[in-house]
Amino acid sequence: MSDFENLTGNDKELQEFLMIEKQKAQVNAQIHEFNEICWEKCIGKPSTKLDHATETCLSNCVDRFIDTSLLITQRFAQMLQKQSSGGM
Amino acid sequence: MAHTTVDKGEIMDQVKQQIAVANAQELLTQMTTKCFKKCVNKPGTSLDASEQKCVSLCMDRFMDSWNLISRTYGQRLQREQSNM
Repeated sequence: MSDFENLTGNDKELQEFLMIEKQKAQVNAQIHEFNEICWEKCIGKPSTKLDHATETCLSNCVDRFIDTSLLITQRFAQMLQKQSSGGM
Repeated sequence: MAHTTVDKGEIMDQVKQQIAVANAQELLTQMTTKCFKKCVNKPGTSLDASEQKCVSLCMDRFMDSWNLISRTYGQRLQREQSNM
């Protein structure tokens, strides 16, 4: 919310609106990123429709990417913990 | 500087429009890159009929892909939220 205080003054409605639009834009940006990555992994030669295997690949790609991101976040936190408790 | 009600509505509409335009630009940029890669393998002196057809199919498949990914992501977000 404080991001927009300088732009909007004390206007609550405007602050909320901007926050929601920002979230929507972030979701869209994420979809663009997934589409870019998963297109490379799943699409062969463009034809008259997406066949079932391709659709499954695209759908799995999104979920596995998110799983990967969660796994890396978890493991990285563990790595940091080990460093601070064991090493120094 | 005080906002009148009309000003605020206009601001909100303009913001929404600019975001929509930015989204469309990103879509077009990616679509162009992806479909060029898929369809134009040996650039000649013009786009031949098969290349044009490929680009046309590619554009439609790109939108299909975008929509499917959008749905999958939305469903995943909902699942994560209901798990919290």
